[in-house]
Amino acid sequence: MNAQEHQGWLLVAPATLLFVGIVATPLAMTLLLSFNGWSSTQGIVPTLTVQNYAEILSDSFFAEIFLRTLRIALWVTLICVLIGAPEAYILRRMREPWRSSFILVVIGPLLVSVVARTLGWALLLGGNGLIPLALHRLGLTSSPVSLMFTETGVVIALVHVLVPFMVLSVWASLARMDPATERAAQSLGASQITIFLRIVLPQAMPGILSGGIIVFSLAASAFATPAIIGGRRLKVASTLAYDEFLNTLNWPLGAAIAVLLLVGIVAIVVGWNRFIERRYSQVFAS
Amino acid sequence: MRNGPLAVVFHAVFVVFLLAPMVLVCLVAFTPEGFLSIPTTRFSLRWFERVAQYPDFIAAFRTSLFVATAASLIAVLFAVPAALAIARYRFTGREALNAFFMAPLMIPHLVLGIAFLRFYSLLGISGTMAGLIIGHVVVVFPFAMRMVLAAATGMDKRIEDAATALGADRITTYRRIVIPLIIPGMASGFALAFIQSFDEVTMTVFIASATTTTLPVRMFTYIQDSIDPLICAVSALLILFTVLAMLVIDRFYGLQRLFIGEDKS
Repeated sequence: MNAQEHQGWLLVAPATLLFVGIVATPLAMTLLLSFNGWSSTQGIVPTLTVQNYAEILSDSFFAEIFLRTLRIALWVTLICVLIGAPEAYILRRMREPWRSSFILVVIGPLLVSVVARTLGWALLLGGNGLIPLALHRLGLTSSPVSLMFTETGVVIALVHVLVPFMVLSVWASLARMDPATERAAQSLGASQITIFLRIVLPQAMPGILSGGIIVFSLAASAFATPAIIGGRRLKVASTLAYDEFLNTLNWPLGAAIAVLLLVGIVAIVVGWNRFIERRYSQVFAS
Repeated sequence: MRNGPLAVVFHAVFVVFLLAPMVLVCLVAFTPEGFLSIPTTRFSLRWFERVAQYPDFIAAFRTSLFVATAASLIAVLFAVPAALAIARYRFTGREALNAFFMAPLMIPHLVLGIAFLRFYSLLGISGTMAGLIIGHVVVVFPFAMRMVLAAATGMDKRIEDAATALGADRITTYRRIVIPLIIPGMASGFALAFIQSFDEVTMTVFIASATTTTLPVRMFTYIQDSIDPLICAVSALLILFTVLAMLVIDRFYGLQRLFIGEDKS
């Protein structure tokens, strides 16, 4: 071992030991826990069984909750792309001092507690809230219908919580774009729509795709927002795991739900990354 | 290129969408009524007075401040040597370790919360302040690490070489040259870590006990029971506190730099 190796390892040792001790170990224990048995009289039974996974995968109650989680996460991601990407483009075309101040407006909500932001949506979406009343006034519903405890409500609130990540991600790719390419297209007679589709969008694509991954994984594992807006009536995977841990006290089943959620998210994110790499390698090759 | 009228309308709707829930919470907090309503003619501070008399929220706010400060400090202290090693030494496993340190960003906080709950109950330290702080150290470490690493990577190694050439020993070099150069990175790492810790709710819900409840968790459990003007007043105070912190950070460091890693240009 040379001096570089030696000193390098010496310096990273404290953080590495910390991480092995308090990240890797608890995670490994949770994985083990998910293979333990459980009974309402004995609590956790230290056996090695796949019964928790069998129960989740065979029961339609669990299937419905996992499907709902996936559906909510996909809607949130799609809506965040559709409104976050144009907003990033608009911000980029703004002039100072407008641009800096509106970037603060976009980043600001990220710093405000998720609980406080979701409380705002609970007020807006409830039976006497502004959105049901507005829909009623517009004649879209015959009476004000509360959006609390509905998937629509959870999707709206999660879009609000997560869209800043999409704007920041697209902003980062647009920042690398040379404004001269847009002007060149314009001077060559391209319309605004053509410029957007052929010049801006391809350059924004890496930001949209990576922002999509961030938004999707955060939406699929979000807890506080679906717990408040969805309540006990509309469960998602994370609130289901919470209930198993803190209400039913069936820890092994709760751990199995969490492991499946994590594996599901990782599988989708890795698949997504592969897809992006393949697409972009084709672009670079041609 | 300028934005057309359609873009301006879109932008206005987007900004209203982002701000509406927070503005509404703040408005309702000023209601003179005993129920949820938007004050139109009379504004009242009665619900803010109630917050001051509600010891739960005050205690939870103190816990939050304490946990966020302790966890961010510990995270920065561990991040400094690790970041220096990764930025300046070439050793086997360097890349893998860097990815390992960033892993908590990829793991849902729900999973971390469950893992800590199990771990602490086996160790017999469930519901302790120490357990809570350790959990927060893990969550905020990647943020501290990223900022310190950026500072350490951007450092001009020749300054250090010059110090050595002029006869400074290793300890002096670290104390007088290396550490002062990465202090801005440590400060921004601390700020980002503090914000993340202060807002953390999902993991904390699993590992906080009645005596170590943080403010977001106390608000969360309160909302699960009832939504009333009192919780709106607490949220309004929290929003005010956040806006003030944001303005301070922006004034001294720049929020854009903290979040996007670029200067205002």
